[in-house]
Amino acid sequence: MGLEFSERAKGEFEKVLSKYPTREAAILPSLYIAQREFGHVSLEAMETVAEMIGVSPARIYGVATFYTMYNKEKVGKYLVQVCCNISCALMGAEEVIDYISEKLGIKAGETTADGKFTLMRVECLGACGNAPMMQINDDYYENLTPEKVDEILDKLGADD
Amino acid sequence: MAEEYHILTKNWGKPDSHKMATYLESGGYEAAKKALGMEPGDVCQTVLDAGLRGRGGAGFPTGRKWTFMPKDDRPRYLCVNADEGEPGTFKDRDIMRFDPHMLVEGIIIACWGMQACAAYVYIRGEFVEPAQRVQDAIDEAYAKGFLGEDIFGKGYKLDVYTHLGAGAYVCGEETALINSLEGKKGQPRIRPPFPPQRGAFDMPTTVNNVESIAATPFIIANGPEAYKKWGTEKSAGTKLFCVSGHVKKPGVYEIPLGTPMMELIDKHCGGMLDDMKLKAVIPGGSSTPILRAEECEGVNMDYESIAAAGSMLGSGAMIVIGEGTCMVTTLDVLTHFYAHESCGQCTPCREGTGWMAQITGRIVKGEGSVEDLDLLISIATNMSGNTICPLADAAAGPVKSFIPKFRDEFETYIRERSSRNERPYPVKWRK
Ligand SMILES: Cc1cc2nc3c(=O)[nH]c(=O)nc-3n(C[C@H](O)[C@H](O)[C@H](O)COP(=O)(O)O)c2cc1C
Ligand code: SF4
Ligand code: FES
Repeated sequence: MGLEFSERAKGEFEKVLSKYPTREAAILPSLYIAQREFGHVSLEAMETVAEMIGVSPARIYGVATFYTMYNKEKVGKYLVQVCCNISCALMGAEEVIDYISEKLGIKAGETTADGKFTLMRVECLGACGNAPMMQINDDYYENLTPEKVDEILDKLGADD
Repeated sequence: MAEEYHILTKNWGKPDSHKMATYLESGGYEAAKKALGMEPGDVCQTVLDAGLRGRGGAGFPTGRKWTFMPKDDRPRYLCVNADEGEPGTFKDRDIMRFDPHMLVEGIIIACWGMQACAAYVYIRGEFVEPAQRVQDAIDEAYAKGFLGEDIFGKGYKLDVYTHLGAGAYVCGEETALINSLEGKKGQPRIRPPFPPQRGAFDMPTTVNNVESIAATPFIIANGPEAYKKWGTEKSAGTKLFCVSGHVKKPGVYEIPLGTPMMELIDKHCGGMLDDMKLKAVIPGGSSTPILRAEECEGVNMDYESIAAAGSMLGSGAMIVIGEGTCMVTTLDVLTHFYAHESCGQCTPCREGTGWMAQITGRIVKGEGSVEDLDLLISIATNMSGNTICPLADAAAGPVKSFIPKFRDEFETYIRERSSRNERPYPVKWRK
């Protein structure tokens, strides 16, 4: 087996198992643990999860590919997801995408050459009253203005 | 500014409104204590008498739903629907961020009423912060003895867990949610069996929206009459409305059901952004039929009034659209959304949503024809009603309302071959 969970991840996995009456219910949380461990959910990561849960890799593959939040491919250190659904569109989401595209020199769906940023268009993130908005990794950034976008991306771009 | 009718939002804006200490100061968990001193059937009856209707979209009486749970000795579950994916909807996020204890207390009440042994709060995966708030509230409640073994010393055991979704709108549909909780693809199930017969882990299950559950502590504490003081005869109580789009102050507003739509826009939301003219309103989330400005006159924010105007209250997500908005582009956003979110099990939905998105896409690019409009209506009409879940109907809704109501605009767009070069929205992204 190619990949193995760290001790910490194994501990998290045991905790997750205790929440449900079946082992299979731990599949979604385990895929999150795998994503945090390995950066993305590769085929090897799916095999590891399959082994731990005790189901076939095909079963895990079916689940992992159904849900958009499991990154099957490597993504940048910062995953910039701009909501382009209706309420955000009404408030200029397309201009936000264009602005960030130009700033980072990538189109939606692409990753910068230094592996720092991936830009994506996403559906409604449930923050429509503060449109336009985006999510970067776990955090929401709302009521975006060009100045705000500059500040956020410049700050993230400067760290290493 | 707290109004007398602020039931769900009474603690929002207080410092540390999400903490146990704050919640207890305003009489928190007294209702749960009271409920556990009542017969479970009386808890359901009280919620039914209050006239509370499900806030997830369908508006089904919550108290009645609870009585559908069979009274055998299998374990029973409550699933709280915090998937909040219907575009335009952003209220459950605020309940979870600002007053997660109201939700936890509601869960205790609901579970006692149904004699459930555990509750799962199914939270959309993107809601990392709200999920953390709910988890912290659950942990605080365990520490106080409000959850776990022998709650309030009444010999009742209840466990509450959070479960994160992973990015699929269809998981908000209750049977898809159950599949997703079980670690499967989030695809809706064929009914029967209905969840109360065979739901999560094959056991009797009830799925309720966050807001429905959060309303129950007030009802138990103050009685059905106090709740019915607000709202209309058939739409009792208050509701959270999520207002987005072209208003000066978008946001979540708790107002009594039956409040005039124009009062919500003009008074609560400060009127139209840049004082532009109102063009249309989508009153209850992206799948509910759009209303032209003139159709909004005299409409009140309750289930019956919005239905009489030809739309639905849905999740209470009101999307306000100003003059200058291109309806062709806006519809295209929605058709693509539903095509992306169809789970693919039913041919009419999978093919229909894909086809509609393709057609609106070519119209937007200036490559459509007037016949395409009738084709769209015909696809939309044929795909609804024959599917496992209502997502197909939801996808058909915007097409069936945008095109007839803005037919001239669609035809002009097609004839003049306008394209995205023209600004589709009256707001410039700045400031
Ligand atoms: C495609 C689809 C998506 C849905 N999304 C949600 C949702 O995000 N949140 C929600 O509470 N209900 C959603 N619903 C409605 C649920 O199926 C269910 O009716 C609701 O959670 C019941 O709760 P209530 O009776 O308290 O309203 C959705 C339904 C469909 C068909
Ligand atoms: S109607 Fe659409 S979303 Fe619902 S089950 Fe069928 S294919 Fe899936
Ligand atoms: S439409 Fe963008 S967050 Fe809902």
